[in-house]
Amino acid sequence: MQHRQSPTQRARILLINAVREPQQLSQLSDSDWNLLLQVARHKRLLGRLYVELDRLKLLDAVPNNVAAQLRAANNLVRHRQTVLTWELNRILWALKDLNVPVIALKGAAYVIADLPPAAGRFFADLDILVPLEHITVVEQRLLDRGWLKTTLSPYDERYYRLWMHEIPPLRHRERESEIDIHHTLLPRTHRFNVHAVTASLFAQAHAVSGTKAQILAAPDMVLHALVHLLFEGNPEEGLRLRDLIDVVDLCNHFGTEVLFWQQIMVRAEQLNLGRLLYYGLRYSDLIFSTKVPTFVIEKTAQFAPILPIRWLMDWLIPLAILPEHPAYPRYRARLARQLLYLRAHWLRMPPSLLMRHLSYKVWLRLRNVPRYVEIKPQDLQQL
Amino acid sequence: MMISELTATELQARLTGGGLCFGCGPFRLRLNSSLQSLLTVLHELYAHYPIYDHSGVDDYRMTLDWASPLRRWLRPVVRFSADGPAPFTDVPITRAFPTLEWGMNWCIAIRAHHVLMLHAAVVERHGRVLVLPAAPGSGKSTLCAALSHSGWRLFSDEFGLIRPEDNAFVPIPRLISLKNQSIAVIRQFSPTAYFGATYHGTHKGSVAHIRPPQASVTRMTELAPAGWVVFPRWQAGAALTLQPIAKERAFMMIASNAFNYEVLGEQAFKTVAHLVNNCKIYTLVYSDLTQAIRILDELTQ
Repeated sequence: MQHRQSPTQRARILLINAVREPQQLSQLSDSDWNLLLQVARHKRLLGRLYVELDRLKLLDAVPNNVAAQLRAANNLVRHRQTVLTWELNRILWALKDLNVPVIALKGAAYVIADLPPAAGRFFADLDILVPLEHITVVEQRLLDRGWLKTTLSPYDERYYRLWMHEIPPLRHRERESEIDIHHTLLPRTHRFNVHAVTASLFAQAHAVSGTKAQILAAPDMVLHALVHLLFEGNPEEGLRLRDLIDVVDLCNHFGTEVLFWQQIMVRAEQLNLGRLLYYGLRYSDLIFSTKVPTFVIEKTAQFAPILPIRWLMDWLIPLAILPEHPAYPRYRARLARQLLYLRAHWLRMPPSLLMRHLSYKVWLRLRNVPRYVEIKPQDLQQL
Repeated sequence: MMISELTATELQARLTGGGLCFGCGPFRLRLNSSLQSLLTVLHELYAHYPIYDHSGVDDYRMTLDWASPLRRWLRPVVRFSADGPAPFTDVPITRAFPTLEWGMNWCIAIRAHHVLMLHAAVVERHGRVLVLPAAPGSGKSTLCAALSHSGWRLFSDEFGLIRPEDNAFVPIPRLISLKNQSIAVIRQFSPTAYFGATYHGTHKGSVAHIRPPQASVTRMTELAPAGWVVFPRWQAGAALTLQPIAKERAFMMIASNAFNYEVLGEQAFKTVAHLVNNCKIYTLVYSDLTQAIRILDELTQ
């Protein structure tokens, strides 16, 4: 049967099976490993494979240099997690007498609360949530304590301040981690943003032992992971498979209790994220066969889009989220990534604002203003 | 089978087909390239590296090729990449080979976090290694080239790789890269050293590569524990001085010299502590290469 698989199918099946059934990893051939390592590296899942094999005591059952590469990736992951936890610790120190609740989001939350998605997961920056009414004080305090604003153009500064759900990122002058300070889960201009419920995120947040930072309640945490998966993303990388894996891990972890499923449906409705929950559970099930109780599937069906849209999304999402074979990238996957990126932007702001934003970006492009400054090692050494 | 045993046609077929798979130290590398000019230089300078067949798991998959079809003809430039976007700016075809060498170093430096990576030259004799950690420009490669042509086995002129599990040094006998004046110094000191072409006007000035002595490649899977750590510094006209360093100071010097001390965290701390506790550690200031080699020979008898 194997010879009938297309290269793309082979890459996808290898990666999905590696995540779903890591106990099978010891049976892979060298050529499977060659492909899996490339795909998993691209999707940043090497650390996870290490943790799973370590847990199953199978590291000795895979080729030596596979184990070495996975160990190397996991060492890097652990280092990032240490760095981010330390950054959070410093922020809490800087804010300690302000009496402002600080919720750790995403990676930092999974790490401090020791939740399943933290295992072997690479996190780029630190995200925290503070109430909007305190954000000016928090920002000022951090600036007084050694954090710096990242340099932004006046337009970008305005973009963040007026329209976004976070303020422009800060960075401590001695450290490399960027911190994103959010005041709500969705951009202010987002189609699905509901201002009124932000306070309830704090009301329902949980304490975590050993730190003053809090984490979102389980249903909110899953919904936020879904926001990340489906409302962000970029045209190059597409939707992030590891974000979907976060959702799957969290659902498997919290989903053993029926109460969680009841709550998440209520919260999805309150936060205006019903459609998002529908998609999240649908693709967790389609791609990773996540166990979702029947009553939840039946209930969330009310959030489903009309049939043609569902067909379209069923085509687009797997294309944008699953790996391509590195040697045979397909045009349609690229198209899917771009369409979903457009969709994310379409939802992100009302049409008039979007037109304004896009025309400004096009104008920058025409004037050849670089989108970001790239410094390669050689440029530095030339001095 | 070694790379030198391939005919030019076979070498080209591999480079343009599934890739040239070869071994260097613990790593299995795969190189793809359609650059004709690379054939001779690989044949000569990579001569002793073993060729691996296509089964086996690659550590680094590298491509060095024309930046675009157009740039093959119009002011030709080439691009290095390894499993992702290009890490360096494109370079003229004349500098393709030094870029490949830097690219390979880059691959190791950003990925090989399963070992502690010292920025050091390492050579072995009597079953123990001499580690020469130093900043660029302090003459470590020069010293390393001289030592590896004076009865020492070359481990690396750039990476001191230590396995945290057993504190053993791992050989990675890549080419020795010499810069500017040290090229003439080594040509004179070791007439047997096999040099490649000299590349002028790179971002590091003039660069030439020495092929690792064959024995260091054939024995590249033999690990060894550390014996000595010497921080070398070349200084014109200086008198030869070899001074022991206190362990606590040596610890800081080695930790801050490593590429990935922070990444390995506690493992790195234990590894450096083991190194410091089990080695004699010195600084060496020298101006004359022959004297420096002699004193290192005596030290390690």
